[in-house]
Amino acid sequence: MRRTFVILAVVTLGLLTYALYEGMVAAPTEQTMGEVQRIFYYHVPSAITAFTLFLINFAVSIIYLARRNQKADALAVSTAEVGVVFCTVVLVTGPLWARPVWGIWWTWDARLTSTLLLWLIYISYLILRRYSTSGQTPVIAAVLAVFGFLDVPFVYLANRLFRTQHPQPVYFGGPGSGADPRMTYALLLNMAAFFCFAALVVWLRFRLERARQDFEETQALEALLQPDARSPR
Amino acid sequence: MKFLYAAYAATWVIHITYLAFLSRRYRRLRDEMQDLRKK
Amino acid sequence: MSLGEITRVSLAKDLRLEWRSKDAINSMLFFALLVVVIFSFSFDPTAEESRHIAGGIVWVAFLFAAVVALNQTWARELRNQVLDAYRVSPAPANALFISKAVGNFIFVAVLEALMAPLFMVFYNLRSIGPAYQLVVVAVLATWALVANGTFFAAMSIRTRSREVMLPLILFPISIPALLAMVSATTAILTGEGAYRFWVVLLVVYDVVFTTVCLLLFETVLHAE
Repeated sequence: MRRTFVILAVVTLGLLTYALYEGMVAAPTEQTMGEVQRIFYYHVPSAITAFTLFLINFAVSIIYLARRNQKADALAVSTAEVGVVFCTVVLVTGPLWARPVWGIWWTWDARLTSTLLLWLIYISYLILRRYSTSGQTPVIAAVLAVFGFLDVPFVYLANRLFRTQHPQPVYFGGPGSGADPRMTYALLLNMAAFFCFAALVVWLRFRLERARQDFEETQALEALLQPDARSPR
Repeated sequence: MKFLYAAYAATWVIHITYLAFLSRRYRRLRDEMQDLRKK
Repeated sequence: MSLGEITRVSLAKDLRLEWRSKDAINSMLFFALLVVVIFSFSFDPTAEESRHIAGGIVWVAFLFAAVVALNQTWARELRNQVLDAYRVSPAPANALFISKAVGNFIFVAVLEALMAPLFMVFYNLRSIGPAYQLVVVAVLATWALVANGTFFAAMSIRTRSREVMLPLILFPISIPALLAMVSATTAILTGEGAYRFWVVLLVVYDVVFTTVCLLLFETVLHAE
């Protein structure tokens, strides 16, 4: 396990560096937007990664509800947390891209609002996990995860109609229009790099969670096995 | 372009912050495990 | 006893208790009224403008009022260890959920019926579209809020700061429904906009989430 981790880490680092080079330097400059468009190479892979992580969270939450497998729960919390991190990156890089290109930090268009809502839903999931005092927190969290993910298509649909009905200040033109193959290459490279990076971080978080689960189990056993001298009998 | 660098920098600041947060939790867990072992 | 019987009995009990104390309905009413007044300071309600904005204000007011009702959904059960008793009984868990959800629905519906004329007065509203459509939207929208709300209230029973946790987990997930109910209401009031689409969205939302609630309530009840 350890060795696989190190290999993956090295590969990831290599990919990230190469992808950074491709995105920042090698890929051709976009015609209308200029250099700023390169944010795209970080923004889009982060969004896709975040969504994939949330999808995994959904699957794993269902598995947990069906089997009550501790590993499933550990993976659930890991993917949710790392997903929120990547989603935060999306929400921060988005406005940084929008401002120089369209002159505004934010607009309530379908995609942006949906991403913001996705972020809010999973933050509420993490808050529930932290604040729950029940012994069965993983079950309740898993249920919320199911609700949250099922909500995603509704979020997107609702925002789609709502925001296209109203005049928009900005037309979010896809920067892939007339894409230079070098750009696609840089994009795919960054996607692969960030996928690997996400896998690494999720792995780390997963191991931490498993360790914590074991620790709490041990703690509980200790408390049961050793009669507390101070407790009244 | 300032925004470009800011975006790339922000991305890594966010990721590194999270990794730092993780490492702090690792350390805390390890301390707690040592406490339990001592008892 | 069957699902239907238990649901009916449980619902009748809740309604009777509420009728005697009028706890929930009073605080809900007052809350909604406050929201209406406060919002009136944020814009100048000429009849033309108000038609565009009233939809949003109405549903925000009802949403907050509904949360008041939802927060106390399980309070009585908690105080008297009813949930433990229910868990050991052979009664189907969904009977409890349905009775609570329908009870909340009735409370919020009563609130809406009482507040609607007030809204018309305060904001000089007169609907351009047919009024019966407003009722359709109200029914679908209220059920969306109440079904998920009752379920999430059960989920947040054992959490710190329970009253804050409920809106915190409920609101993000309810946003598509909120968007739909506001847009539908505005579409009816102003006579423009895709009323049909929003109603369909609400129907689908209601069906999907009610199904999920019914499937998962037993799990949550036992997890408490």
